[in-house]
Amino acid sequence: MREDLEKLRQCAEEELKAAKTRDGFLAIRTKYLGRKGLLTSLLRKLGDASPGDRPVLGKLTNQIKEELSEKIEEALGCLASSGKDEALLVERIDVTLPGRGLKYGKLHPITRISREICDVFSSLGFSIAEGPEVELDYYNFEALNIPRDHPARDMQDTLYVSDNIVLRTHTSPVQVRVMEKMKPPVRVVSPGKVYRRDSDVSHTPMFHQVEGLLVDRGVSFGDLKGVLTYFVHQVFGASTALRFRPSFFPFTEPSAEVDIQCVMCGGSGCRVCGQSGWLEILGSGMVDPEVFKAVGYDSEEFTGFAFGLGVERIAMLKYGISDIRLFFENDQRFLEQF
Amino acid sequence: MLVSLRWLKDYVDIDLSPQELADRLTMAGLEVDAIRDVRPDFKDIVVARILDIRPHPNADKLSLCNITTGDQTFPVVCGAQNIRAGDVVPLAKVGASLPGGYTIKSTRIRGEQSEGMLCSEEEMGIGPDASGIMILSKNLFLGEDLVSALDLQDTVFDVGVTPNRSDCFSIIGIAREVAAVTGKKIRYPKIRFEEAAEDIRGVTSVDIIHPDLCPRYAARVIKGVRTGPSPQWMRIRLDAVGLRPISNVVDVTNFVMMEFGQPLHAFDFRYLEEGRIVVRGAHDQEEFVSLDGKSRRLRADTLMICDGVKPVAIAGIMGGLNSEIQDDTETVLLESAYFNPASIRKTAKALGMSTDAAFRFERGIDPEGVLRALDRAAQLIVETAGGKVCRNRIDNYPRQISSSKDIPLRVSRAKKVLGVAVRAGEIKKVLKSLEMSVEESGRDFRVTPPTFRVDISREIDLIEEIARLRGYGNIPESIPPIPVQTDVKDRKKILEERVKAFFNGCGFSEAINYSFTTPASADVLGFQRDDERRRFVRIVNPLTDDQSVMRTTLLYGLLQTMKTNVNNGCFDLKYFEKGKTFIADTEEGVLPREQEKISALITGARYDNLWHSKGLQSDFYDLKGCVENLFRALNIASVSFMSAMDVTCLHPGRACRIYAGDREAGVLGEVHPDVLERMDLKRRAVVFEIDFDILAGQFSDDASTRDIQKFPSSSRDVAFLIDRDVEAEKILNLARSEKEELLEKIEIFDVYIGKSIPENMKSIALRFTYRSAGRTLTDEEVGRVHGRIVERIAGVTGARIRGEQD
Repeated sequence: MREDLEKLRQCAEEELKAAKTRDGFLAIRTKYLGRKGLLTSLLRKLGDASPGDRPVLGKLTNQIKEELSEKIEEALGCLASSGKDEALLVERIDVTLPGRGLKYGKLHPITRISREICDVFSSLGFSIAEGPEVELDYYNFEALNIPRDHPARDMQDTLYVSDNIVLRTHTSPVQVRVMEKMKPPVRVVSPGKVYRRDSDVSHTPMFHQVEGLLVDRGVSFGDLKGVLTYFVHQVFGASTALRFRPSFFPFTEPSAEVDIQCVMCGGSGCRVCGQSGWLEILGSGMVDPEVFKAVGYDSEEFTGFAFGLGVERIAMLKYGISDIRLFFENDQRFLEQF
Repeated sequence: MLVSLRWLKDYVDIDLSPQELADRLTMAGLEVDAIRDVRPDFKDIVVARILDIRPHPNADKLSLCNITTGDQTFPVVCGAQNIRAGDVVPLAKVGASLPGGYTIKSTRIRGEQSEGMLCSEEEMGIGPDASGIMILSKNLFLGEDLVSALDLQDTVFDVGVTPNRSDCFSIIGIAREVAAVTGKKIRYPKIRFEEAAEDIRGVTSVDIIHPDLCPRYAARVIKGVRTGPSPQWMRIRLDAVGLRPISNVVDVTNFVMMEFGQPLHAFDFRYLEEGRIVVRGAHDQEEFVSLDGKSRRLRADTLMICDGVKPVAIAGIMGGLNSEIQDDTETVLLESAYFNPASIRKTAKALGMSTDAAFRFERGIDPEGVLRALDRAAQLIVETAGGKVCRNRIDNYPRQISSSKDIPLRVSRAKKVLGVAVRAGEIKKVLKSLEMSVEESGRDFRVTPPTFRVDISREIDLIEEIARLRGYGNIPESIPPIPVQTDVKDRKKILEERVKAFFNGCGFSEAINYSFTTPASADVLGFQRDDERRRFVRIVNPLTDDQSVMRTTLLYGLLQTMKTNVNNGCFDLKYFEKGKTFIADTEEGVLPREQEKISALITGARYDNLWHSKGLQSDFYDLKGCVENLFRALNIASVSFMSAMDVTCLHPGRACRIYAGDREAGVLGEVHPDVLERMDLKRRAVVFEIDFDILAGQFSDDASTRDIQKFPSSSRDVAFLIDRDVEAEKILNLARSEKEELLEKIEIFDVYIGKSIPENMKSIALRFTYRSAGRTLTDEEVGRVHGRIVERIAGVTGARIRGEQD
């Protein structure tokens, strides 16, 4: 009887291996494990065995029964789930087709750079101030120590509305308006549009500036250098070399231009930097006592520094744009790239 | 300003390379924009001597010469008549090149060998003289390259002099800076000449009628000059700095102007009627022909240099044709004056004449340099044109020109401003290197700047000089204390960032258009006569007519943006712009009203014409959806849209006004076909323009919550057949008008016009949702309320119920 059982197990396993379909497995189950199945019949013959063999054979029979039953269930389970998969595959879609959404619009590069600049100064405690774009001559020039009939007016070609009203040529008038309204300490940056009578590959009659002002007790030229160095390193990278070079602005003294190492050639000299290896990016200086006088600050008590930069210029350097006019043509093919 | 290195070296020793010098000047505030090497356009011309000369056997006009370069002798055939044996001349050897790309070859001329060419000034391109071979000094070394022998090579710096540094608009001015930054000493030219016995006071006189405008006028008279070309050393110097050599007397005035920065003028004395100078204002509308040959009508406030009768120069700007130096001029009256800077600037601007003289006068020249320049010019005229200088000079100096003296300078203040302590000894050294006189006064100083430094009058000016010459690089960086900031960004900035992000998310890119526009935009957009958007802020001096007024709406710019892109073949556009509009004040001299606006334009495919939405065009409701969403995003609940047939530049049947609460916030609609036509746009577009300040005033980040409803809702659908003209908003308002407590919301889920709907009617299907906060509603309760609402709608509007469903 033991041989019969072992033989049966072998046969059953071979048949299981050969079976492929659900029906096949069901047939095997009936053939061996069914009420009239082979194993069941053998089990009935257990009574014929010697009483000493009976427990051992009984155990073996049950073991084979469990084994077979488990294998068949497993096989049936596998078959069932692969059938579901097939059904889902019928519903397959092309996931590489583009999605059904609105294409994200782009911020204008000027807005991006302007924000980046303002954010650096915000992190240094500067707040944002704005002012009129059509401005009184007084705020644009006179309060900034640029009297009428002074050659310094030639530094900026002005668009006039009337004798005493101009399109602001810089955002510096905002500083004067701020100082008129509040006492020191003052920490403001003023971003915005400015206008000059100039038009070519590197000039548009409208462009954007960010200007800043810090007035407090004990503010020094060293502070100006520290703050602007921090700014340059934030915007152009911490390894960017820079230099402060004496210059002239009517509303600051001492005045400094800030040059950075050319971002195109790394300082070895190229067309962008005019072979000098340096790019002028910022004008700055200690606020001239005349300006403090105009707003009623005591220049003995307070000192301060101011700076200004052209947003387009920074954007052109950072994004490699060669023609400034692109900024205001609003060509989709240009704006999409940001 | 162009600065010749060779000329600079006349006054200061320079042992730096041109690049090093440029760097030092740049870092001292005189930015060198460009460095240019200047050398003549020839190669391999050497100094040679004529050994002998004999006639050419086969040609009358040619001669045969033997020319030595010291170690070699060359036979040369020459056609010039001005040479003799022993003359030192420039020899272009075989292989040499001349201006114009001409190369010298070994050749036979009428049977005689010629190994080179003798050259004239003109042939070498170093002077105008073409009359014969250039005869050189016998002191030159034979065989030396002509470029080094005659010092024809130079380096020219283009220096960007800032407007405050009037003293640096001269070679000596730059030389002083070079001396200061390199620690060398400056050599001023020695001025020495003999005066004739005749006293100038017997020859001429100077009267100043307007001493305020001309506080100083000095003159000399030189008799017996012979005009002609200036010597080569002067011509090459003038050439190098961009001044065209004319003739000796005129060149001297230019040379001295470039040397000292003092503009000068030379009159031909024989044309000065009554032989005298009067400085006075012009007669109104007086006509005057200046040296450039142009005739000008003068205003009465123009300061003129006159003789006893008529004007002979526009003071400080340009001389007159009537008294110009000529080939046969014999007596010269030389003017060296100081004119009021602001007055010169005003006149030069009014006349549109920006001359080298005006440029310097308006920036302020050295008031005490007037006589030195006058004498220097007299000396050079005598040296180059001969003649005798009359004894004495006229120096009419009726008004003291103020210059700064004894400026107090506190060592402590310098430290305060610069953030670094500079030792008193160093301060003194720096200021002295700039020719300032420095007196100690306790621990501080009293400083008197030289009179040419008209930019220095205050302590801060001195501190700047200290910082500049020590080098900004030597000031250590520091970071000022950073306060805790509570109001870094104001509401408007926050709103701006949010609105821009919102539109980006809706697929709109940001445009920035010029704030100025064409006045024709008002007609293109069809503004009414009395529309305030016709009140343009006008620019007096615009670059072009298209940019001559400030915009009063953002819409025109966006339509132009559309046009640009359509012309580029981009038809599917979504753009927004945030910016200011400007409405002129009715009163003259008052600033305009500046309003911040946000505006957008949509045209073309809704989703870029993709596979899933082929041909779906964006329309009014796309943009309206954005606007509704914008208000939702900003928590502005009270927004409403009121149809309006009278919105300028919008389609009368497809436009509305937007209200935030009871304030009109803007307009939305399809662009009027007439406007599109006038702009030559073939595609429809939808736009809006909203007042940004109204958004800023109403947006909110606050929120308050209600409990989430626990009891189920019950909804009823109903489709009305209604007049096509009745707006949905009216039905909704009717439904809401009785404020039925149980009515939770109404949605419009279908609008249908077409088959089975009578003409002029439409079907509009609504879903009403009812709910109670306290219990589950019964069918009867819902039915009662719903019935009332539907009845009211039907009753007021005459709508028929087309279908109803629970």
